[in-house]
Amino acid sequence: MRLGIGRRAGAVVAAVTVAAVLAACGGGRQPGQAPAGGANAWALTGESGDVLGAQFDAWNEAHPEEEFAVEYFANDAYKEKIRTAVGAGNAPTLIYSWAGGTLEDYVANGNVVDLGDSTARLEEKLIPSVADNGKVDGTAYAVPTTHSQPVVLYYNQEVLDAAGVEVPTTYGELLAAAGTLKDEDVIPIALAGQSVWPELMWIQYLTDRIGGPEVFQAVLDGEEGAWSDPAIVEATTKIRELVDAGAFGDTFGSVNADQNGDTALVQTGKAAFLLQGSWVYPDFVAGNPELVESGGLGYAAFPVVEGGAGDPANIVGNPSNFWSVSADASEEAQATAKEFISTEVLNDAAVDDLLAIGTVPPITGIEDKIAEQDDADYLSFVYGLVSDAPHFQLSWDQALPPARSQALLDNLSQLFLGQIDPQQFSDAMDATP
Amino acid sequence: MAAPALALFGVFAVVPLLGVLVLSFMSWDGLGDPVWTGADNWGRTLSDPVTLNAMRLTAIVTVASWLFQAPVSLLLGVFMAGRQRYRAVLSVLYFLPLLFSAAAAAIAYRALLDPNFGLGAALGIPLLAQDWIGNPDLALWVVLFVIGWCFVPFHSLLYQGGVRQIPASLYEAALLDGAGRVQQFFHITLPQLKYTIITSSTLMIVGSLTYFDLIFVLTGGGPGNATRILPLDMYLAGFRSYDMGRASVIAVILVVVGLGVSLALNRFSGASRMESQMEGV
Repeated sequence: MRLGIGRRAGAVVAAVTVAAVLAACGGGRQPGQAPAGGANAWALTGESGDVLGAQFDAWNEAHPEEEFAVEYFANDAYKEKIRTAVGAGNAPTLIYSWAGGTLEDYVANGNVVDLGDSTARLEEKLIPSVADNGKVDGTAYAVPTTHSQPVVLYYNQEVLDAAGVEVPTTYGELLAAAGTLKDEDVIPIALAGQSVWPELMWIQYLTDRIGGPEVFQAVLDGEEGAWSDPAIVEATTKIRELVDAGAFGDTFGSVNADQNGDTALVQTGKAAFLLQGSWVYPDFVAGNPELVESGGLGYAAFPVVEGGAGDPANIVGNPSNFWSVSADASEEAQATAKEFISTEVLNDAAVDDLLAIGTVPPITGIEDKIAEQDDADYLSFVYGLVSDAPHFQLSWDQALPPARSQALLDNLSQLFLGQIDPQQFSDAMDATP
Repeated sequence: MAAPALALFGVFAVVPLLGVLVLSFMSWDGLGDPVWTGADNWGRTLSDPVTLNAMRLTAIVTVASWLFQAPVSLLLGVFMAGRQRYRAVLSVLYFLPLLFSAAAAAIAYRALLDPNFGLGAALGIPLLAQDWIGNPDLALWVVLFVIGWCFVPFHSLLYQGGVRQIPASLYEAALLDGAGRVQQFFHITLPQLKYTIITSSTLMIVGSLTYFDLIFVLTGGGPGNATRILPLDMYLAGFRSYDMGRASVIAVILVVVGLGVSLALNRFSGASRMESQMEGV
C-alpha cells in the first residue's frame, strides 16, 4: 500500500502547489501578439476604452501598414497583469498607466522610453497640472490619454432639503450636517469601506486642506517621520471624529464601490453625501435619471478645513490615464507608437468623444465645446475644478510604490474600523520600508 | 506507464515549487532582476503581524470549518442514503450549491448580506440586516458559513455513497438484537464509515489551507485583516504589494503544512493499513 500513499501524497502536493504554481507563473498568458515588428496596446474596458478604441480604429484605417493590435481588460485584472508583463519583457508597445509610483518604477528599470518631441502637439494644449504627472525628473515618459478624474463631493439635494441641511463649505459644517442627517435616520455620508480605496479620498483631501500638498510630497520623498506630520495626524483624527459621530453610518464596511454600492445609497436617498471620483457620474445618470434631470443630484468641491494651510482650490483624484512606450518593443513599433501619440491622442475627435460620454479631457480652452453638451453644468463644474486647481494630487495608492500603497490601504481600513488610532496609524506607516 | 504523469507533475508542480523555494530567498518586485537576500524574507515574514494573524485565522478556519462541515455532511449523507419520502427532492436541493462556482456564490452572498439593499432590507427583518461582512467580529463566521454552504453538498455525497455500501444484513442483525435507530447509527453506520470520514476530513482540512476564490470575492480579506487567511495573504503580498519574496515564503509554508497535515492524517488514522471493515460479513 506504500504506492497508494505515494499517489495520494502526490495528489495533495499537486493540489497544494496549484497556488504556488500560480504565484510562479501568474499572468503567464502572452500578450496579444502583434504582427512581427508591429505595435500593440492594452487598454481598459468601459466607455473611455471605447473612445480609445475609436482612435485605434481611425489610426488603423489610415495606416494599414502599421496597424495596432489592441486588447481590452477589466481594471483590476489589468493592473495585476501589466506589471508581470513589463517585468518579463512582454509588455505591449503602448503601456496604459496611472503614472505615479508605477511610472517611476518603470523609468528606474528602463522599461519605458523618453517620448521626445512626439508630445510637442499635446504640450501646448494640456492642462499643466495634469501633464506634469507624466514627467519623471522633467522628462516626459507618459502622456495623458483619457479624461481627468477629480474627486467631487456629490449629494442628494432632496435628502438635504428634507433634513433642512445646507451644502457644507467647511469641515465644521460637514460634521454638523452629519449630526442632523443622522437624527433623520439617513446615512450622512455614503462610504464604500469594503473597497477601502474610497477611504483614501478622505485622508487625501483632509491632509491637503490642513497642510497643503507639501505634506504628502514629503512622504513621497521618503523623508523620515513624514507620516507623523501634524497635518496627517490632524486629518486622521478628523476621520476618527467623523466615524465616531456616525457620519459614515454603521455599515460602511459592507459597502462595495466596485458594485456601485455607494452611489446606490445616494441615488435611493438612503444616504446624503458621497465623496467619489468624477467617474461615478455616468452611473448616477444611468441609475436614477429623474434625480439627475431634476437637479436633485448636487456636486461641490471638498469643504475647507478651518485654519488649514492648503489652497481650497486644490483637488485630488486621477489627473488622467497615460500612455507610455515600452523599451522592449522593436524600433519600428516604438516609432509607430510615438507617431500615434503625436497625431491621435486627445485630438479633436477624441475630445468630442470624451465630452459626449460625460467626461472632461485635460485640454485647455474647451469651454465653448463644453457649453454645447447635454450635461454642460456638471461638465463645466468638473472642468473648472481641473483647470483652476493649483495642485492636482494623484491618488496616494497610485503615487506610492505598490508595497507602501498596500500598507497604506491596510492601515487606513483599520483606522476607519477603529482598530488603530491616529498615532498608531502614523507609527505603522512611518515603519513601512 | 507512469512516465507522462510524472513528467506533467514534474513540469507543473515540482519545478515551479522549487522556483518558489528559490524565490523565497530573493527580493523581487516583479520588475527588474531578483536579488539574493538570504533568509531576510523569512525573518521579515515570520515576524510580520499581518502574516502571524493570517496563520491564526487559517488555523481557526481549518478547525472551525471541519467542526461545522463534518457533522452536517455526515448527517445529511446518512439521510440522503435512506428511503424516506421526499428524500430525492430534498437531496437535489442540498446538492444545488455544488453546481455554483465559488465566485458566483460569493457575489450572490455579498448581495444577500448587504445591510442596505440585501435580504434584511428587502424582507424588512432588522435582525438579518446586520453588517455581516463589514463588521470585523462577524465577518469570519459569515465566511465560515458560506464556505460550509459551498462544500457540505460534496461531502454529503461522499457520505451518501459510503452509507449505501454498508450491507443491509448488518442493520437486519442489529434490528433482531433490538438495537434502536440511534444505536444503529453509532454502532454500525459510524464505524463502517471510518474511511469515508478520513477521506472527507483530509479533503476538508487540506482544502481549508487553500480557500481563496470565495473569500477573495466575498470580503477581499477585510474588513481590516479580519478574513485575510494565508492563501489570501500570499496573493495580496505577491500581486498587490509585488513583494514576491514574502509571497513565496508564505507559499512554501502552505506547501509544507499541507503536506505534513495530510501525511499525518494518513498515518495516524490507520488509513495506510486499510484493513477491511467487513470481517465476518
